[in-house]
Amino acid sequence: MMWYFKALGKRKIIEFILLVIFAVFFMGPLMNLILLAFTGKWQYPAALPQSWSLDWWKFVLAKDEVVKSIGLSFLIAAVVTALSILICIPAAYAFARIRFPLSRMFLFSFLLTHAFPKMGLYVSIAVLFYKLGLMNTFAGVVLIHIVNTLMFMTWIPSSAFRNVHQAQEESARDVGASPFRVFWHITFPMALPGITVASIFTFLNSLDEAQGTYLVGIPDFRTMPVVMYSIISDYPSTAGAVFSIILTLPTIVLLLAAQRFVTADVMSSGFQMK
Amino acid sequence: MNQLSIRSLTKRYKTGEGVTDISIDVKKGELVTLLGPSGCGKTTVLRSIGGFLEPDSGDIFIEGKSVLKLPPEKRPTGMVFQGYNLWPHMNVYNNLAFGLKLRKKSKSEIAAAVKRVLELVRLPGAEQKFPGQLSGGQQQRIAVARAFLLEPAVLLLDEPFSALDAKLRHELREELRDIQASTGLTMVFVTHDQEEALSISDHIVVMNGGQIEQMATPQEIYDYPSSLFVAQFIGKMNFVKGVADGGRVHMGGLAFDNTKGLQGEVAVAVRPEDISVIIGDQAGDGMAGTIHQVMILGHYAEISLETACGPLKAFLPRDQVRDMYAGQHVQVNCAKVLCYPSA
Repeated sequence: MMWYFKALGKRKIIEFILLVIFAVFFMGPLMNLILLAFTGKWQYPAALPQSWSLDWWKFVLAKDEVVKSIGLSFLIAAVVTALSILICIPAAYAFARIRFPLSRMFLFSFLLTHAFPKMGLYVSIAVLFYKLGLMNTFAGVVLIHIVNTLMFMTWIPSSAFRNVHQAQEESARDVGASPFRVFWHITFPMALPGITVASIFTFLNSLDEAQGTYLVGIPDFRTMPVVMYSIISDYPSTAGAVFSIILTLPTIVLLLAAQRFVTADVMSSGFQMK
Repeated sequence: MNQLSIRSLTKRYKTGEGVTDISIDVKKGELVTLLGPSGCGKTTVLRSIGGFLEPDSGDIFIEGKSVLKLPPEKRPTGMVFQGYNLWPHMNVYNNLAFGLKLRKKSKSEIAAAVKRVLELVRLPGAEQKFPGQLSGGQQQRIAVARAFLLEPAVLLLDEPFSALDAKLRHELREELRDIQASTGLTMVFVTHDQEEALSISDHIVVMNGGQIEQMATPQEIYDYPSSLFVAQFIGKMNFVKGVADGGRVHMGGLAFDNTKGLQGEVAVAVRPEDISVIIGDQAGDGMAGTIHQVMILGHYAEISLETACGPLKAFLPRDQVRDMYAGQHVQVNCAKVLCYPSA
């Protein structure tokens, strides 16, 4: 047995141990979640559930509130993403191309919403929303989500735009394209991977957002994460597990789709200050 | 009529750089090079022609019409940049076809034109490749092809080969000259590489500090640089001090005609190939010197000399240096010298 480890080398063994720790750390909770979701009866100290069942799936999916919240969550996420694109892409382009005074300060200010404890920020926004009559409205929920997504949607596309070289835009002007055509046929398609990544982040972020929605959207606008909070507190953990899986699925699907575009390059360049 | 006329072009930047009162005429079918060190304003002139810079004053005429008011997309110019010319999300065919599509050409017309131009730049069948799959030299060829495809009145090249290695640069230089000869396209070429300028140009415009130093054929610029700057910038050159005295310029025991009528101390420039070296220390009509070093550089040799007027370098044919060695006493003579007021 020892000869085997010797042949393998110390380095490889350490790498393997690290990998195992890593896998347990990340995969362990997920495995537990999946087991729990299909459990009928599971009592300590058994390693595996004593009986399996789909009862909690039926229960969760039969609840009107749950199905409604899934639809609402996706609708809100789609609207938030679309609005963020409309607001942030022109801003990102401006940050990348136009030198204006304090441009770095402005870009930096988009980080501010992430610098405070979220709840404090939401409460102060809620005060404002009360005055404006935005509490318990669709628009209010969308706005509070956008507060979170501004940073992704400006920083990442801005760096994507910066990676389009001046010569590439000028070549297009030179062969006869107007500034608008240059943007549409050259700059935008070249920045598209970065914009796609930012949009997926925005979509997932909105899908996951619970605190702000809870504060602003209750009682009429209960999204998936908000409903999950109440299910976790009102029903056994098995119901929570089922719901978690439902909540995780779109994330996994979107991330797999995003993998095509997400490269370390796009990601790291998204957070450079230039 | 001139294909391209630049009239007293002036453009000043806040940094103090820029160009002042530049006037250049380019005839149809000529290749004119703007040559100078970085910051001399050559790119400013080129970008003004292409429409990417708005000059402070002056005018630019292409085929007799002022283009100053036109945006880049309306100007009859084609531009090739130093790099990042191609659009990585389009294949070669679409890169080339982009301009033609904007001009609403038919599909079959575009396909035929693309095929033809790819053969011209020696990359037939590259239509489906993406820029990322091409080497640097191939990318620049495609960039030239794209600018060329739209049959511009003037093709502008902004150091198009400077990012490539020496051998490839040499090759592309020849190809560009071939294309130019076979198509009669008018070209303005910007470079800081004097060898490149000498080898491809019909005319060279040497620029320095935002102004034109000399405008002439490569031969003339090499043989008769009009200023000390041009003499320093173009080719290898020896510089020594001399004294002008009436009709003669004296330099370490040698004397030459004072053709420019200079006074007092002058700067004398001598091309290394204009220096002759004879072995021996008997007093002749040359000036005495000592060989410091002999370097064989292929088909010729570079001899470093110590003379009465300072160190000199001479280029000699291989067969003349067979018996030369460091420390040897020699007689040095100059076939031709150029004199300038000393700086």
